[in-house]
Amino acid sequence: MENPGSHGWLWWIPLLPLAGSAVAGALHLCTLRARKTDPAARGPAALAGLVACAALFGSLLLSLRGFQALRELEPESARTLLSTVWHWITVPLPAGASFQADLGLLLDPLSSTMTLVVTGVGFLIHVYSLGYMKGDPGYAKFFAFLNLFVFAMLMLVLSSSLLGVFIGWEGVGLCSYLLIGFWYEKGWPAEAGQKAFVMNRVGDACFLIGTFLLVQAFGTLDVPTIVANFPVDGSRQWQLTLAGLFLFGGCCGKSAQFPLFTWLPDAMAGPTPVSALIHAATMVTSGIYLVARLNPLYASSPGLLALIAGVGAATALIGGSTALVQRDIKKVLAYSTVSQLGYMFLGLGTGAFAAAIFHLVTHAFFKALLFLGAGSVIHGMHEEQDVHRMGGLRRHMPRTFVTFVAGAAALSGLPLLSGFFSKDEILANAFAGGGLYYVFWGVGLATAALTAFYTWRLVSLTFFGPERFDHHHVHPHESPAVMTVPLMVLALLSVAGGVLGLPPVFGVTHALADWLEPVIEPGRKILERHGHAGHLSHAAEWALLGLGSAVALFFAHRGYRAYAGGPERDAALERGRPALAGFLGGAWRFDALYDAAVVRPLRLLAAAVAVVVDQFTIDGLVNGSASAARGAGAALRRTASGYVGGYALWMGVGALLISVVWLWS
Amino acid sequence: MHYELVLLTFLPLAGALVVLCTPRSAGSLQRGVAFLTTLVVAVLGVRLFVGFESDLPAGRILFEAPWFTLPSAAAAPTQVSFRLGLDGLSLLMVALTAVLMPVVLLSTWGHVEKRVKEFMVWMLVMETGMLGTFLALDLVLFYFFWEISLIPLYFLIGIWGGERRLYATIKFFLFTLAGSLVMMIAIIAILWRQGTSDVVALIDQLHRLPLDTQLWYFAAFALAFGIKVPLVPFHTWLPDAHTEAPTSGSVVLAGVLLKMGTYGLLRYCIHMLPGAAIAAAPVMMAIGAVGIVYGALLAWAQTDLKRLIACSSVSHLGYVVLGLFALTPTGLSGGMLQMVNHGVSTGLLFLLVGMIYERRHSRELDAFGGIATVMPVFALMWVVTALSSVGLPGLNGFPGEYLILLGAFQSSKLWAVVGLTGVIFGAVYLLMATRRVLFGAVTHAENRGLADLNAREVVLLLPLIALVFWIGFSPNTFLSKAQPALAQVQQRVEEVRRAGFAQAPPDTPPKAPAGGAR
Repeated sequence: MENPGSHGWLWWIPLLPLAGSAVAGALHLCTLRARKTDPAARGPAALAGLVACAALFGSLLLSLRGFQALRELEPESARTLLSTVWHWITVPLPAGASFQADLGLLLDPLSSTMTLVVTGVGFLIHVYSLGYMKGDPGYAKFFAFLNLFVFAMLMLVLSSSLLGVFIGWEGVGLCSYLLIGFWYEKGWPAEAGQKAFVMNRVGDACFLIGTFLLVQAFGTLDVPTIVANFPVDGSRQWQLTLAGLFLFGGCCGKSAQFPLFTWLPDAMAGPTPVSALIHAATMVTSGIYLVARLNPLYASSPGLLALIAGVGAATALIGGSTALVQRDIKKVLAYSTVSQLGYMFLGLGTGAFAAAIFHLVTHAFFKALLFLGAGSVIHGMHEEQDVHRMGGLRRHMPRTFVTFVAGAAALSGLPLLSGFFSKDEILANAFAGGGLYYVFWGVGLATAALTAFYTWRLVSLTFFGPERFDHHHVHPHESPAVMTVPLMVLALLSVAGGVLGLPPVFGVTHALADWLEPVIEPGRKILERHGHAGHLSHAAEWALLGLGSAVALFFAHRGYRAYAGGPERDAALERGRPALAGFLGGAWRFDALYDAAVVRPLRLLAAAVAVVVDQFTIDGLVNGSASAARGAGAALRRTASGYVGGYALWMGVGALLISVVWLWS
Repeated sequence: MHYELVLLTFLPLAGALVVLCTPRSAGSLQRGVAFLTTLVVAVLGVRLFVGFESDLPAGRILFEAPWFTLPSAAAAPTQVSFRLGLDGLSLLMVALTAVLMPVVLLSTWGHVEKRVKEFMVWMLVMETGMLGTFLALDLVLFYFFWEISLIPLYFLIGIWGGERRLYATIKFFLFTLAGSLVMMIAIIAILWRQGTSDVVALIDQLHRLPLDTQLWYFAAFALAFGIKVPLVPFHTWLPDAHTEAPTSGSVVLAGVLLKMGTYGLLRYCIHMLPGAAIAAAPVMMAIGAVGIVYGALLAWAQTDLKRLIACSSVSHLGYVVLGLFALTPTGLSGGMLQMVNHGVSTGLLFLLVGMIYERRHSRELDAFGGIATVMPVFALMWVVTALSSVGLPGLNGFPGEYLILLGAFQSSKLWAVVGLTGVIFGAVYLLMATRRVLFGAVTHAENRGLADLNAREVVLLLPLIALVFWIGFSPNTFLSKAQPALAQVQQRVEEVRRAGFAQAPPDTPPKAPAGGAR
């Protein structure tokens, strides 16, 4: 094995986007300067997009190099490249020990997979943005933020220490905040950004408690050390379960899971490439990555696994049902993302860590594609986002249409497409879990039906049926090649991505699972010891595949047919069952609940603290005693200068004199 | 003898004398002299910081000159001396003060128009007082500097302050007077009974006292320091003082003066009276944690930007107290680092509020909106500063907060978790303020023509912004200088904890007069 500390070049993977961000930011400032004298000046902003794309392309090439380097390492268990260069926070403890948080990068099959997704999909989205953001006054700033995001995301997936992960974790949250509020002049995007940041902070606080517990248990936050020293005898079970629970709380924030999911739909206020990159393909999958990274921690606690599966299933159902009635094309996709992330957690909860990562990868392909396709539609429709005012667009934007349909087919799990395999693997694992997991499987299958329905409803409303927009003002047009070529690449990946993880009944190996095996192995072994890993017969697997195909095809067809003639069905639902329509439209009313149960009471408390406790009670006592003192000192005051400073001077000098004189005796 | 400490302490005073000798109308000369003086002090301070060898013991006297004697219960009279020393506990505070002052003086170009001469004199006197407070290793001398550093602030608020300055100064005066008097009584009692005012000697003696005696001393010191920090419920003077103070006064108040309280807690309440500190730790941690939440809620309810930041100080200093009284290595380190962080971040926030106040003559949140559009550079600086204050990893706030909460978690899970909610509330009120000031549409016509930051303003902000990134990326640069001293404090706490409070550690031989390092 090579010296594990010698792979300094790994640092260029995150540092290239950071440098790109700095350059783009500087270009933005130059542009602002130029605009001071001439408001119409273009300045050097156009360069920023190219710099950002180039930085990310370099990062992608290095990620590929890392992938290749890992593959050449034998045996598989040795597939780890490490580079620790920076002692970030060091606190010496008694007896020669120390608390040490080092910044190091760890490239192994799991982080390599994530790195490739982040830089690969990220690069395509960067290229797309060249066209999408063209002419925006904040063009250079946009690319500065976008590159900064990629830097933070790469730190998140590559850091070998949980505190390094946390740098990335909050860093992506910051970029999300900045990019959601990118068009801050409008007001509400800034509010959405703030909401996202604060809700993520709730999760982050949980994350921090999780790290405290791990420091208590292991004395370090270095992930390889924790995994290597993980107790196999079940000792410290409570402490570790709690640590896992709190870290999962962090995941619920970042990955928009119940009960912290309500920020993600609002996050659609950001530019659409941001929704594709941050709120679909990468950042929101951080939680899945973290659980898979710490798989022994979760595998050792069956209760925790069941909780994760339950939260995932519930979120999948909430997101999927809410997506049914949304009119905003991006909101449909946002709730769909919430729902799909729920699937991934359901997968993790069944102990199928590789399956969850598989779905993460395919979802990154098809959901990025769908968002970018939606962006292309919005672009071509002059910023229209309401699908009720679209229709028949397949004639106007053929390339967007074809690629969008490919993405929709993958999302809805039509047979042999990428989403089909990854979703069915998760459902099969849930079915194999038995007991409580049958319920989760049932919820997952119901959600698959919902998914197929809302996806094809969206396709139908957008691209088929009568044209419902005002032809005088809206002239739909296809987007330029710089936007459609990334769509085509992603469409290809969405269609063919399933080959990464073909099911065992096909008689071929699961490429991704084999690749991830060295990372997943510790958790899998613990699961086997618990007797958790259930197995399905081939017949059962075939049956489940058949059932999945049937459900997807049937409900996709229903969704398509129901809306092929226009959105009348939505109106019928609103008329016929207004309560249900309102309930689903408002995402089961969680926002209203949080507002009434958390936000308003806290704001009231803050006001009460400020006025009742602080001003009346504490300050009242102070002012009361002050006026008493003033009354008593009235005589004295006549002799004093009346100038406040006089008291001060008197106090300083007088106190000293008194102490000297009194003690001299 | 290390005369550089004497030079460092009294150079500002000398500068003040020079300014006094200038004619009243020579405003720019006075500004220049004052600025140059603080700049030289800053260079000296940075040199001391860079050259500081961290493995030196906590509490060592580098300069000693006899001052006067006092009677005592002991055989020999108490020799009060001019004892100065620089160790890991004071180094960061001294460096912070030295670096902050030129920035503050540069900021006065914008808002101090009347009575420039007096203003500069008081600023320089205050710097001597603050440096002396941190460097003094003699109880009487410490008290002397402690009071000296307060007087200038009365004048800064009273003369150059806002509309309710009279109320604010009287309040400030009453609060501090109460605390100082109680501390003075405790100091007199200690001098009388112990027969020395040498802090190093006292640190070796007082931890052997019975617990109840220690607790009396502790209570008196903690009251004075707690008012200064300020700890809830002694905090109400602070928002008023900040709101009425001129920008420069606010920056010094938040940046340095409040740290005198937390520094005092560390050196006198914890290191000198470890038994009492252990006994009182649960109470102090509770006060710290409650203060974090209380201050944050208070900040959330404010509509005046400056008052909001003043309240956030209460919250942030709650972290420091929570960390220090966790009495764990991580808690102490975090508390120490957070003192510096608060000085940098809150100093920056007050500077930025001052800059926008000079343009807009309002601090009401509702008077703003969309400022990012008209003042993009200001917006950039503000966002970086707000994020540093929120504790974003990679910036300075995070390492301090993390170590504090980690350390607190090891002592008391309850108070650590209560304090941790401050991480959420901090984001709530600061991002709320950021949104209402910077984002949205420009709704007020007055805001449309606001000029962005000028070169002077950017230059004065940059050193602190650099510190935000530097501390965030490399906290060890700063922590490593303080840690050996903090380890000694920790060791003393452990010794006392092991020995029990009532009796002296039997195996400790009476130390040679604490001059080993002299």
